[in-house]
Amino acid sequence: MIRARGVGRTFGEKRVLARVDLDVGAGDLLLVTGPNGAGKTTLLRLLAGLIVPTSGELDVAVDRARIGFLAHEPLVYRELTPLENLELYGRLYRVRERRERIGMLFERFGLWDARHEQTAALSRGMLQRLALCRTLLHDSELLLFDEPFTALDAAGAELLLDELAADAARAIVVASHEPGRLGDRPTSRLSLAPA
Amino acid sequence: MSTSLRNNGAALLSLLAAALLVAGFALAFFWAPEAQGDPAFRIFYLHVPVALTAYAAFGWGGWKALRLLWTREARYDLESYVAIHMGVIFGLLALVTGSVWARYTWGVWWTWDERQLVLFLVLFLFYSAYFMLRFSTPAGPRRARTSAVYALFGVALIPVSFLAIRLAERYIHPVVLTRDPKIENEMLVSFFVCLAGMLLLAAALYLVELAGKRADARLRELRELLA
Amino acid sequence: MTAYLSDVVALTRKDLLVELRSRDTVPAMLLFVVGGLVVFHFALADDSSRLASAGMLWIALLFTALLALVRSFVAERDEAVIDGLLLAPCDRSAIWLGKTLSVFAFLALAELVALPAFALFYEPVTWELVAGVALANIGIAAVGTLLGAMAAAARARELLLPLLFMPLAIPLIVGGVGATLAEDPARYLGFLALYDLIFAILSWASFEYVVTE
Repeated sequence: MIRARGVGRTFGEKRVLARVDLDVGAGDLLLVTGPNGAGKTTLLRLLAGLIVPTSGELDVAVDRARIGFLAHEPLVYRELTPLENLELYGRLYRVRERRERIGMLFERFGLWDARHEQTAALSRGMLQRLALCRTLLHDSELLLFDEPFTALDAAGAELLLDELAADAARAIVVASHEPGRLGDRPTSRLSLAPA
Repeated sequence: MSTSLRNNGAALLSLLAAALLVAGFALAFFWAPEAQGDPAFRIFYLHVPVALTAYAAFGWGGWKALRLLWTREARYDLESYVAIHMGVIFGLLALVTGSVWARYTWGVWWTWDERQLVLFLVLFLFYSAYFMLRFSTPAGPRRARTSAVYALFGVALIPVSFLAIRLAERYIHPVVLTRDPKIENEMLVSFFVCLAGMLLLAAALYLVELAGKRADARLRELRELLA
Repeated sequence: MTAYLSDVVALTRKDLLVELRSRDTVPAMLLFVVGGLVVFHFALADDSSRLASAGMLWIALLFTALLALVRSFVAERDEAVIDGLLLAPCDRSAIWLGKTLSVFAFLALAELVALPAFALFYEPVTWELVAGVALANIGIAAVGTLLGAMAAAARARELLLPLLFMPLAIPLIVGGVGATLAEDPARYLGFLALYDLIFAILSWASFEYVVTE
């Protein structure tokens, strides 16, 4: 599903990622670790297709519509309500039975009562849960999580771990500087060092 | 292309350019007749070739920009940038020579009546903004693509601006200052020789600057590998 | 095709809703354009021609538009929310079209106030002026949205956008002022339409190259 050979990325003069090789297939859960500044976020953005590598070859054989990305930022509009945000994404991703799916996600992640509030008023933890809903709204073959445990309380973390359960049809990549959280779910690991 | 061939190419072009320019100006001053009613007409042999070369440079930059967007190959970014740089230099020269010509023909350093001059002013503004754009954006594929799109907008702007300038004359004020020299055949021949020389000069400068910038980039790459 | 249009509708709705809730841009535009018209009164000499006051109106509209354009990418830029749109399978040009339509709407709102103010302060508004304003709006929104995306990636974006936009705005000014003043406004309106056609298509086609990393 994903094939990377010697992938690197520079921003202007600064090299952020250097010579990364990896292979990810359906059913895999890749854990990417490393300290701050090692390039974890950059790697995930490369996999998501938001940026292109400046060296090496990267092949992600998944259509954009089937990639879910929990990014560093929640990627939701502060002036809109959680419901309006997911309605927008639902439309853009052509999610079938949009209303039901949004309702189900909100119930599961405890956002149902807050669905008509202004997103700007949500706490950081709730914001992260909303971002999770956004990520899981559409059917994905590839899920990318960038530091997903940030700001989540114990209950939220539990819900997230449920989502990371093995699924033979999906590939998951998680970047985290707290690898212990995932236990032995990861099928492979990649450790990045600052370039 | 090997370094020596590239260097030789530029050297050859500059020699040819120099020869043509010298020949062209000689023809203009000694062979072609004086223009009636325009004492400073001889500046025409410098001003118009410079102006046309600037247009050619902008067009070349636009073509390279199109190639960049089409193929996504990074080398076109530098080629487009250098071409536009040439265009701005020659454009500035066109503004200066045009201004001098206006001074000698009508006694003013600037006139809004001269359409070509006004067009060059607009284009100069536009392509100066191109450099601001490049300066403020961090280097990378995005800057390359953004610059390319802007360069293409510039090419589209040339005819549209010219039309706008013509239309503006109709409500701003009637054109007062004109020049209407009789063009003889000898003048045309001299002009074309000058034009050819100017184009070759621009091409030579383009190759030299391109080679220089490529060397800079290689040096940076090598430094990075060693680091 | 209908998927494309439904994307555009969803995106335009989003921009309009965001503006409605935050009320950042449109009130400032209204105040700015009227304020501009007042300031210009003090800048015009006593025997100024119609040309001067028509020109002033167009300058006021242009700068008000720049206000809207600088703000149009703020939400997305501040927290990288545009990444969410770029991840989605929708066409990038749909993002451009959605933004352009919403910017056009904001401009129209500002003009609903500016034109009556102009009629009150200076001189009556003719249908040619209104037509000119409507056509120029399209060009401003179309090109401005594209340039806004370009500037969003740069430092000093609030400075860069006006710089990039000014030369491209000159034909619009010519078309607009000409439509207001000349004996044959149709020629200038036609020119505005030509500008809109060329540059809207260019902007629509090149947006994807400018907004992605």
